This record gives sequence, structure tokens and C-alpha cells, in this order.
Amino acid sequence: MAHISVNVDGVAYEDEVEPRLLLVHYLRDRLGLTGTPVGCDTSNCGACTVDLNGASVKSCSVLAVQADGGEVTTIQGLAVGDAWHPLQKSFHEQHALQCGYCTPGMIMAARDLLKENPDPTPEDVRHALEGNLCRCTGYQNIVRAVLAAAAELRRHGAPEPRGVRSDVPSTTGQEAPA
Amino acid sequence: MTEQLIAPEVGRSRTRKEDARLVTGQTNWTDNITLPGLLHVAILRSPMAHARIDRIDVTPSLARPGVIAAFSGRELAAELGSLPCAWQVTEDMVLPDHPPLAVDEVRYAGDPVAVVVARDRYTAADALEDIWVDYTPLPPVLDLEGALAEGSPLVHSGKGTNRCYTWPLASGDYAAARAAADVVVRRRYTQQRLIPNAMEPRAVVAAPVASSGEYTLYSATQIPHIVRIMMSLTTGIPEHKLRVVAPDVGGGFGSKLQVYGEEAIALGLARRLGRPVKWTESRSEGYLATHHGRGQIQDIELAATRDGKLLGLKADILADMGAYLMIITPGTPLLGAFMYPGIYKMDAYSFTCTGVFTTKTPTDAYRGAGRPEATFAIERTMDELAAELGTDPLELRRRNWIQHDEFPYTTIAGLTYDSGNYEAATDRALALFGYDDLRAEQRARHDNADPVRLGIGISTYTEMCGLAPSRILGSLRYAAGGWEAASIRMLPTGKVEVITGTSPHGQGHVTCWSQIAADALGVPFDDVEVMHGDTRVAPQGMDTYGSRSLVIGGVAVHRAAEKVVAKARRVAAHLLEASEDDLEFSGGTFTVKGSPEAHKSIQEIAFATFAGHDLPEGMEPTLNAEHLLDPDNFSYPHGTHLCAVEVDTETGRVRIRSYVCVDDVGRVVNPMIVEGQVHGGVAQGIAQALYEEAVYDDEGNLVSGTMADYLVPAAPDLPDLVTDRTETPATSNPLGVKGVGEAGTIASTPAVVNAVMDALRPLGVRDIRMPCTPERVWQAVKEATK
Repeated sequence: MAHISVNVDGVAYEDEVEPRLLLVHYLRDRLGLTGTPVGCDTSNCGACTVDLNGASVKSCSVLAVQADGGEVTTIQGLAVGDAWHPLQKSFHEQHALQCGYCTPGMIMAARDLLKENPDPTPEDVRHALEGNLCRCTGYQNIVRAVLAAAAELRRHGAPEPRGVRSDVPSTTGQEAPA
Repeated sequence: MTEQLIAPEVGRSRTRKEDARLVTGQTNWTDNITLPGLLHVAILRSPMAHARIDRIDVTPSLARPGVIAAFSGRELAAELGSLPCAWQVTEDMVLPDHPPLAVDEVRYAGDPVAVVVARDRYTAADALEDIWVDYTPLPPVLDLEGALAEGSPLVHSGKGTNRCYTWPLASGDYAAARAAADVVVRRRYTQQRLIPNAMEPRAVVAAPVASSGEYTLYSATQIPHIVRIMMSLTTGIPEHKLRVVAPDVGGGFGSKLQVYGEEAIALGLARRLGRPVKWTESRSEGYLATHHGRGQIQDIELAATRDGKLLGLKADILADMGAYLMIITPGTPLLGAFMYPGIYKMDAYSFTCTGVFTTKTPTDAYRGAGRPEATFAIERTMDELAAELGTDPLELRRRNWIQHDEFPYTTIAGLTYDSGNYEAATDRALALFGYDDLRAEQRARHDNADPVRLGIGISTYTEMCGLAPSRILGSLRYAAGGWEAASIRMLPTGKVEVITGTSPHGQGHVTCWSQIAADALGVPFDDVEVMHGDTRVAPQGMDTYGSRSLVIGGVAVHRAAEKVVAKARRVAAHLLEASEDDLEFSGGTFTVKGSPEAHKSIQEIAFATFAGHDLPEGMEPTLNAEHLLDPDNFSYPHGTHLCAVEVDTETGRVRIRSYVCVDDVGRVVNPMIVEGQVHGGVAQGIAQALYEEAVYDDEGNLVSGTMADYLVPAAPDLPDLVTDRTETPATSNPLGVKGVGEAGTIASTPAVVNAVMDALRPLGVRDIRMPCTPERVWQAVKEATK
């Protein structure tokens, strides 16, 4: 067993884990954060994408011990109270989800894209989401939603995720354009 | 009172009620469920396609800390029974036993042989490695024609044959039509095996309810109601002691229209151990254990006159059943039997389908289920006939399709298409596509010997969906009916609960049924709650598949709402001291004709009925109503899809340059949701045309056994579609709606392959097997031009 301390969606956790425990199973089975689903076992589908220390990762391909000392943001940590993240809002408004199983990963991967490229082209979005599979939508409305959210973020920025203190430089607060 | 104008809900692009929990991660997938004392199940599966089980020893696994129990198939055989097939398509159909855990013999790579139950999922998975199995390999049966040949090894040796059934359909005199024809086009197509790939892997939780003898089965299923009946028959748990819940379900596409062995195993283990158990498949496990789709060889003959009039069509199909018959395995290809003639008029039609056992994962319904195969065959062959005749493929279609003024039209296959307008959909598609300009560019590229060729593919499809009128299912020997149930509860405060027997897994029923009920009852959209997917909450239902939910389940909601309004009218007349005939109902308010000051809202009536102080003589104090709708006919959406591809003859790469689809799904409840269904449907059809195939090696191993090896298209692999609609209302239901869930998939595969062939036919290419991968395209070009 290994000892880890990790901050997930603004809450600090200390746990003893098997060294082989995947981060996604730590989130789901130990912390009960089941908003992050598992869609495959070969890191192809991206359904389990979360933010680890400011970059999106497929949490099925990261060990819980690798998150030790780190900060994880999941789909469940994006909204601030009742205020959804612009991506959550645009996925809803653009009908970018049907069954919704891929949606947490899609949103987390798109959030990563928009941090690096706040004004992407449709092609940029398609390529950035290449590691996230959706079987329902054919991606057309997902692309539309990401572009709409990008425009919204350029205008107004993102709400601060839960638990991120504004006086401390944080990797999760960087998506709002200066 | 001022006239209240309320915009109808039906026809509005309402954003979905379903989304809030899905975009915030507040979901309830089956694998999320935890219960006190929950144990985890792992399943050991055969590594061989075909083998005799000589010995299984599970006892070493019991020594591992955290392992609670382990069983071989033989130990559980008596209590698990045989999995059901609900479709005995012919009297002499061969129906083998299908134990949830193999007992003596494994018949496909992935056939389950033993189970371990442990305190957590990692321990359960580890313990599988402790189990000893001695196998004696048997010869695999992989090739459909080879399986039928004399002396072939047998999948089920006790049955003496690999032929499951032969099912014929004949109408008109095909031999005469063929004899009279100037041209007969003959083609053989292969419908490759496909893996459905719902994004949520399957999962099951079975829980005993302490001391009552009841069980709750949570399953990632499309069909909780059918599962309840079938699990009751399979496991012996009485139906009234079994509750089945489909929590949030992450896509199905037919793969969760199934009664799976894991459901029986989980119930059996919960019963034996007296504790709740959970099983969740890994994706790679699912590739073996969740049913596959398609898997056919189609021999097609199309007979026509020199001037392009169709005379007759013959389709002889070999359909891969896989190793066992699951819930509708044998019937799936027959759902296409009536659709090979498509939208065309002809004098004769002959169809046979022979089901064949192989040592592969069982096949069953996958989005479209039989109709994509039929539509592919006729639309591909229409293009081949056009090429043979030197006619424009669109012109050939026009010459033969049913004209808009000929509806209702009874086809040579015996179906009566209620409505359609192929001219209108095609004209609209052509206008959006720029057909003439693309043809000009195609000629220029050809004349310049451009290495990148342009091809145009056409698919003027229709399909039969909305499964199905019960009397027709009966005549096809299906075990059950095709009705759907809806109940409406009018609550005392005027809010509304709709209980539907459909079981959505991404389609948006909650939103759409709210729109339908809101219109019929004259209540706000947000005042309606829709409940589904739990046999305790929605006790009657036939579930969701075959593009049936709106045309049967949604229409049932409308009918039930009409019954509520009829009851409310009676109460309103009583309270307003008017005759029922003198009441107008509009926007949720009953008004006495000619006396606008005398009115009652449906909410007021709901409370008055609840109070029961002053009701019409003999009336029960409720407005609640239910309706079980058995449809009179299938639903026949149609449309015209046009696809332009660029084919690089030097690399074999196919790029979809533009894709236009104009679909006619009748009256539309929610245009946004319809467009989404078309997008996703077309994407899956393109995937069959260009990307996906379940590949087996010569020993029967699934080579494309992980998501890394099977190409589910990602965002860069698919085009933006241009979508539009024409609207020819269905005449078979009061809402005028048609199914839409499968239409895109049915339409798009032939559009894409026709486009690839259109690009390469001038080079001498005769056919390319799906999927049209760069390698296959390049090889075909190379062989044609050498």
C-alpha cells in the first residue's frame, strides 16, 4: 500500500492505495466520484479524461499514486454552484450529447484545448478531440458546442472551479483569457 | 377571458431535460451503483474458438484472499437454465441450448466458462488466473459457405448441421421476370461483422431483497421489460419477485437489446450467495461477449429492360448467426427481407435467407438490423444497373420509384407504404448538393487523369421501422407483440407524470414525451415529468429498439393524454353546468362555447377531481389514464442522401468531401433531436462503409479485439453533414410521425460505397469490399489498372 494525498475538485484526500490502482478507479470506487466513467481498457475512448495538475489526462492510464501531491479536476468540479462551465452549457444548448457517456471526457478534453487555443478552427477542435470517442453524435454538434464555448470564454471567461483559492496561483484557473 | 395563444410544443427544438445530470457528472450508470455488501464478479472466457472442456478446477482461486466464491459452468448449469431465443423463424429452425456458462464445450472465443466472486474488482480479475481449464481443441467453423459444405466440422455436433434455417419469401414470378429481361445485373456483397460499441460497456448488478424472496436486477439494457420476463423464465425467479431497472444507459444501438448470460449469472450468484453482486465488462471483454452485428453474404440479381424499367429482384442471403441464437439472432436478417425492393416498383421478388452457425460471437440486432443490408444491396445494385445501361443513376431511380401520388402503395414484398414523397426529398437534396457541378468536376478529373478521382454516391432509401404490429410479429413467428404502453397521472396540483414503457438510452424520450403530453394536455412543458426504465415504476412496456419509441410509445402518450382530457371534459361540463359537446378545450382550458367567462383550467379540474366533492355521477375521482397502443402498420421514413468522395488512387485514401441528407421522417416533435439522430446514424453508416470490421483469424480468434484494433471513427474521420428535411406526415398515426433512429445508418452506407465505386468504375474497378480501407481501395485500383 502507498500513501497518497491528492486534491480532487477542491477537496483534500489522504488515502492508502495499492500501487497499481488506476486513478479512475480511485475516483470512482474510493471517492465515489462516479461522474468520470470508464469506456475502454486501451486508452482509446477518452471517456475518463480528467484534469491533473493543469493538463488533461486519461485517468485510466494514470495510477492513483502518480496523482500524489497533485490536483485533480473532474467533470463534477467544473460547475460553480448552479453556474455551469461554458462547455457544459454549450454542450446542452448545441445538443452535443445523446447518451452522455462520453460527455465528461469530451468536456474535459475540450477544456484543455481551449486553455491552449482559445480561438480554434473546427479542424483544430476535431484534431484536439481525436482521442475522445463518441458513438451517438457523429461529432458535428460537439464541434459546434466547443466553438460556441470558446466564443463565450473569450467574452466572459470561465467560473472559478470549486475550492480553488483565488489568492494562490493555480493551474486550474488559467483558462480565462487575460 | 382573453384568447390565450400557446405555441405548440411539438415542432420546437427544446433543449433536453436529460442533459443536466449528464453534463455535470451526476449520472447513474449501472457501474456506479454500490450497495452494502456488494461483491464483484469476474468471468473466465474461452481463449479458443471451439474446444471440448475436459476439466475445470476453480478451487485454487478460493485460496486467494478476498475471493468469496468461484464456480464452473457445470456447477451452475441447473440453476441458470438456457438463454432464450424469442424468434423461432421457421418450424424446423435449429435451436441449440445456450447455457450462460459453457458446460462441456466452448463455441466461440469469449464463451464464458467460470466465474469468480470477490470483494473488489481487482481481486476478482486476479483470481481468474488461478482457475485451471483443460481444453481439447476442436476445429473452428468460420466461413459461411464452408460451414454448409458436406463434411464441415459442426458448431453443435448434436444438431448434425450448421444450417440454422432457410426462410423464403416470393412474390410474383421471378423466373418469368428474369426471362423477359434485357439486362440482369448480378452481384455478391459482403456485409462485414460489426461491433456495436455503445460507449457505456455493459454492466449488471443483481441484489436480493432481504427476506422477501425478491430480486432487483440493474442492467445497462435497452429492454428492462423483456429482460424481466426472460430472466424469470430462465432463472426461475417468479416474475412478480423480479424487478428490473435500466438506470442511465449509455447507448445501445441494438447491443443492449439482448438478454445476456451475465444477467442470469448475476441473478444466480445473488441468489446463491444472498448478497448483491456486480459485473462490468471491460471493453475488450465486450468485444467478445456483447453481440455483434451484420455478417452476411448477399447474392443479388436485378432484372430490367434495356430502357431501365425494373422487372424483378432476387436476393439470396447467407447470414452468420455466430455460435448461439440469442434473443432475435435468427430474425434480424429477416427484418430486411421486406426491404430489398426499396422504393421501387417491380413485378417479381424472390428472397431466401439461410442462417448459418459459426464459432464466432453471436450476432443480433445492430442499428438498422437487416434493413441496412437490404438497402445497401438494392442501392448499390441500382448504381451497377445504371452503369450497365449507361444511364444516370438518379434518372434510373426516378424511372422506377413510387410516385408521390401513388401512396398508399403496396410493394412487391407485401408492405403498404403509407406515405412518402421521393421526388421532393431528392429535389431538395440535389439543390443542396450541387449535383451538376460535381458531375462536371468529375468529368474534368477523369479527362485530366487526375490521381484524385471524384465520385458521387446516391442512396434513395426507405425503411420499415416502428416495430411492430403485433399481428405481423405473430405471423412471422416472433414470440411477443409490438405494442407500447403509456400512463398519465394528473396530480392534484396540476403537474403531470408520464410513465412510458419505452426505455431510452440517449434518444431524448423525456424531452419529447414532455412535448407531446404538454400539447395534448395544455400544460407547460416544465410541468411534465417522464418516468421510465424500472419495472416497478413502469410495469408495462416493450422497450426501445427498431425506431419504435416515438411512433408507438410517443403516440401512446398522446392517446393516453386524450383520455385524460376526455375525463377532464366530463368533470368540467359537470362543474360548468354545460354539456360536454358545448365545451372547447384549448391551451389547457375548457370554455363554454359562446360564454368565454365560463371556463375551468385542467389544473383546476385536476384538483376538483382529487377532492372528489362534486363529480359526475359514478365517476371515479381520478383523471389518470393509460393507453396500450398496438400499431396498424410499420413506419416508413425515407430520404435522399448524396455523398461526394475524393479517392486518391495513389494512396487508396477516401475523403468524404460533401454529404447531403434530406430525410423525411414525417412530422417532427423536436427538430434538434431529429438532426442529432441523423448525424449519429449517418456516422455509423459511414463507419461501416469506410472503417469498421470485426476480423477473425484462421483459428477463430477475434483479431480486432480491442478498441485499439477496431476503428471506431473519431472526430477527424467524419465530415460535417448538410441536413435538411421534407415533411410528409405519416397517415398511420395521429401525430403523423415516423421513426428516425436508424434511418441515417440505413441510408448512408450505400451512399458512401456508391460514391467510391463511382470514382473508380471508370478505371475498371468492379467492387470493393467494405470497409473501403485505403489498402483495399489501393489494391482494387492496382488490380484494375495493371
